[in-house]
Amino acid sequence: MTSGVLNLVLKRLAIAVVTLMIVLFAVFFATSMLPGDTASILLGQAATPEAVAGLREAMHLNDPAILRFLRWLFGLLHGDLGTSYANEMPVAALIGGRFVNTMELAGITTLLSVPLALTLGITAAMLRGSLYDRTVTVLSIGVISVPEFMVATLAVLLFAVYLKWLPALSSVNEAHTLTDLVRIYAMPVITLTFVISAQMIRMTRAAVIETLSTPYVEMALLKGASRSRMVLKHALPNALGPIVNAVALSLSYLVGGVIIVETIFNYPGIAKLMVDAVATRDLPLIQSCAMIFCLGYLLLITVADIIAIMSNPRIR
Amino acid sequence: MTRVAASGRSFLGHSYNLVGIVASLVILVWMLIAIFAPTIIPHSIGDIVDDDYFGPMRQGLWLGSDYLGRDMLSRVLMGARYTVGISLAAVAIACFSGVMLGMTAAVIGGWVDTCLSRFLDAMNSIPSKLFGLVVVAAVGSSIPALILTLAVIYIPGAYRFARALAVNINTMDFMTVARVRGESTAYLIGSEILPNIIRPVLADFGLRFVFIVLLLSGLSFLGLGLQPPLADWGALVRENIGGLPFAAPAVIIPSLAIASLTISVNLLIDNLPQKIRDRDA
Amino acid sequence: MTNLVEVRNLRIEATTDAGRIVEIIKGVSLDIANGEIVALIGESGSGKTTVALSLMGYARPGCRITGGEINVNGKNMAALSEKQRARLRGTDIAYVPQSAAASFNPSSTIMEQVIEVTRIHGLMPPEQARKRAVELFRALSLPDPEGIGARYPHQVSGGQLQRLSAAMALIGDPKLVIFDEPTTALDVTTQIDVLKAFKSVMRAGGIAGVYVSHDLAVVAQIADHIVVLKGGQVQETGTTAQILSAAQHPYTRELLAAFEPKPRQAHADADAGAKPLLRIDNVTAGYGAVRDNGLPLIRAVDSVSLVVEKGRNLGIIGESGCGKSTLARVIAGIHPAAAGDIIFDGKELQRAAGKRSQDQLREMQIVFQYADTALNPAKPVEDIVSRPLAFYHGLDRQARSKRVDELLDMVRLPRTLRYRRPSELSGGQKQRVNFARALAAGPKLIICDEITSALDTVVAAAVIELLKELQRELGLSYIFISHDLSVVEAICDEIMVMYNGERVEQITPDRLKAPTHPYSKLLFSSVPKLDPTWLDGLVRDPELVSQYGHR
Repeated sequence: MTSGVLNLVLKRLAIAVVTLMIVLFAVFFATSMLPGDTASILLGQAATPEAVAGLREAMHLNDPAILRFLRWLFGLLHGDLGTSYANEMPVAALIGGRFVNTMELAGITTLLSVPLALTLGITAAMLRGSLYDRTVTVLSIGVISVPEFMVATLAVLLFAVYLKWLPALSSVNEAHTLTDLVRIYAMPVITLTFVISAQMIRMTRAAVIETLSTPYVEMALLKGASRSRMVLKHALPNALGPIVNAVALSLSYLVGGVIIVETIFNYPGIAKLMVDAVATRDLPLIQSCAMIFCLGYLLLITVADIIAIMSNPRIR
Repeated sequence: MTRVAASGRSFLGHSYNLVGIVASLVILVWMLIAIFAPTIIPHSIGDIVDDDYFGPMRQGLWLGSDYLGRDMLSRVLMGARYTVGISLAAVAIACFSGVMLGMTAAVIGGWVDTCLSRFLDAMNSIPSKLFGLVVVAAVGSSIPALILTLAVIYIPGAYRFARALAVNINTMDFMTVARVRGESTAYLIGSEILPNIIRPVLADFGLRFVFIVLLLSGLSFLGLGLQPPLADWGALVRENIGGLPFAAPAVIIPSLAIASLTISVNLLIDNLPQKIRDRDA
Repeated sequence: MTNLVEVRNLRIEATTDAGRIVEIIKGVSLDIANGEIVALIGESGSGKTTVALSLMGYARPGCRITGGEINVNGKNMAALSEKQRARLRGTDIAYVPQSAAASFNPSSTIMEQVIEVTRIHGLMPPEQARKRAVELFRALSLPDPEGIGARYPHQVSGGQLQRLSAAMALIGDPKLVIFDEPTTALDVTTQIDVLKAFKSVMRAGGIAGVYVSHDLAVVAQIADHIVVLKGGQVQETGTTAQILSAAQHPYTRELLAAFEPKPRQAHADADAGAKPLLRIDNVTAGYGAVRDNGLPLIRAVDSVSLVVEKGRNLGIIGESGCGKSTLARVIAGIHPAAAGDIIFDGKELQRAAGKRSQDQLREMQIVFQYADTALNPAKPVEDIVSRPLAFYHGLDRQARSKRVDELLDMVRLPRTLRYRRPSELSGGQKQRVNFARALAAGPKLIICDEITSALDTVVAAAVIELLKELQRELGLSYIFISHDLSVVEAICDEIMVMYNGERVEQITPDRLKAPTHPYSKLLFSSVPKLDPTWLDGLVRDPELVSQYGHR
């Protein structure tokens, strides 16, 4: 790695940190605008004004926002995510197990969808204009154009209602055998795979097609190279940057997808936790969940950018 | 020595294709429904008109009934009003602000550009659904709040898109010529850049409209969007999700409505009328 | 069959954006004997590259070979299957592209790409191929023949890449090599080396070649036969000597005429009250961080001084990267100078255009090389030309319309063009509109930055004529920036030679034969002449070449 690359990577990391600060502040700021006074909500209708005031004091709710933000940030750095308002459990404990569940769901989906989407995208680009290409393109436009919950409901209709292969709901705790496990994860994973693959296929196809029209690919053709050689040796290595970006960007759709999928299939992950927390106005819980999602997203795009930087021979 | 190769038809110096025409018709129909829904619905959306819930499609109740036995046709037509109306308002605000800011940043450059870009890129790195979830929870789900939230979520994207286009135009020599002529920033933006990026910006407008329809539907589906008794298409799917096991039209029809609108917009963008450029001198 | 290549009645069609089908090659026939080099010459859009590529059985996307025979080495390329064609590409027929920089895959080493042909066709083991490649590098007089293959394309210069792409073409021992304007993007001093290298390896190997070019002088050095193309049809064919000395076709004569020295008008007021219109003193400008002394890290223009007198023209000549375009931008205030004074019409100008007065901006106009990017594609010609009229002169709609007509007349464009958009104009027409816009301001000085470089020879000559006429009518002064000596010679009263950001010499056109500075000598002697023996007879001082032949 030359100093040029190192510089670019460090610069990219610095940008990521600045972005993270802005995002954290935005999340904190938005959640502190939650309607209703938290103290009175916690104490219920019957609470006396004195009790509410006391609680406000104890929770530092009277401090200016920036001070509360810094205190929250300081807590984060020490691994203290705060205490849930709803059931007074540490947020970290609430999130812990569910975080693993969500990561499992996301991980399996990624392992399945990335190879699938790259294969479909690259082959569609190679066979541009063929029936295969048009089928893949139309299907991916279709999936992109509909909401995630529709993909999920269609999957339920097909696999659970008509074919009766799979249960409509997930319950991780009931998994005893491998078949159970497959049956539990199948529906959410199928739905999510559809949702994020479509975007990835389209972007990969576009990236490969763009490099296929460069003069150096024409040059390869005029050297007598076969179609597959032109794609694999000349187009793909140069489309790597855009493809990695496409993968990262599509994986970020996981965040949106996971929120819908966990809700629809009643899957015990953090997205479901967060949707419930929004309903009960559980501030620390919302903040922590939102932060985890943003962090994951930011991590993905930063890693993708760094890979793109390193795959550029002009800088390398 | 010339023949026409493609099966496109041409009119007023543009060529159209069939997919594009069908897609624009679908969009037009939904727009008209959104405008005239209150006058064309056969039943009031709150009236319970069926003895049964999740009633099948039949004469009089063309799209069946919902989970309370209300007329689905009326509810879907009124849903169009909310889904199309809110999304259109939001996308208009998002694209107008985003494109204006983007062009300004590109033309002015320097620290204005850097700060604006850094801030909006950071906003862009909050996943849209999450953003929606948090903000809607904070400011509520009234129609104006929803419109603003959706607009704010998609401003960074519109900004980024317009800025990238404008930055390219900004490097052109005609921009330099206009600058050394002494033209103002407003002239550079409005007269030199905008006419050159308007086509892709309109395509982006369509794309962003689709995103907003999807996000709004998603939020409503989660119960965080439009609140009862109002119901957009996403909310219609949510309230009738109980009909899923027996494939009730009440859950399928609103989904199809969303899909028909969003797919049409996407197809229209891919099949926009092409200006015939190579007319003979 | 006696000839290596026999093309008979070739027809190629193209599909336009709007789906119309246009025939772009209309029945071309040509022959190439073994070991012979044939030049295809013509302006852009004449179909020369399309014909050359068809010899490989290849038509660019959107184009289709629809008729005729393309016999190469006894096989009809037009009738073969794609698989059979691929087998001949790189082995029987090889291709050297116009832009080697774009035609090398940026993510793979040069050696890998040079020997790729041997891998694709299984010609020889990689070890042997590498050895062969190094031999070719040496034959093409590339520096560091052993090591250059390990580099990536962006790490070597344009002139070297062009020679490397010739090595890439020659590695498969082809019978025919197609050169597609291989030296067009190069500077003249570099072009010589590349041309010499091409010529010697082709001659040594007895390889036949097709040389596509728009430049008759370059072609004269390398070709045995010349085929003149225009509008997809062969206009004239003959040996190089025949074409150069006894061209029959009017179009060929026009091409040749562009090379003849133009009669120069003597300025009546030549020395009489010549007053300086523009004077710049010790101007320095550049890029990168500003250092303690207030000067930028990289100096593109280094302490340059010059004077332009009223009604007279200054030419600035030099190769790419010499700072001549930066100097133009510094004078116009687009790229503010870091040091030095600019005095225009007796008053000192601010360095940045934004701080100059409207009248100062109006009186000095700049015209750019690429009319494509200098004209807003979204606006019709009348809007483009009338904007300065409204902006500087505050004319109303009617007055503007009348003035647009006059301006179009001035630049010899039909008035009906005013409703067209730039994309509907030819290259020459666009450059005239570009110029009309500058005239609309009513300037005293027009800075012309390579305004003829993107034009075909004949069109460029006409634009230069127009500029001269306008100067007589309007009493303008021009600063004329170009890399093309003949253009500058045709219109300028004084010529300044720039090298590496500095002014090395200033001379008058009548003394061009005897430059005093060694760089000027090298530069002027590198301009190809129509004489076919010029390249072979050219003797260059090796010390000069090593000192200034920086690429």
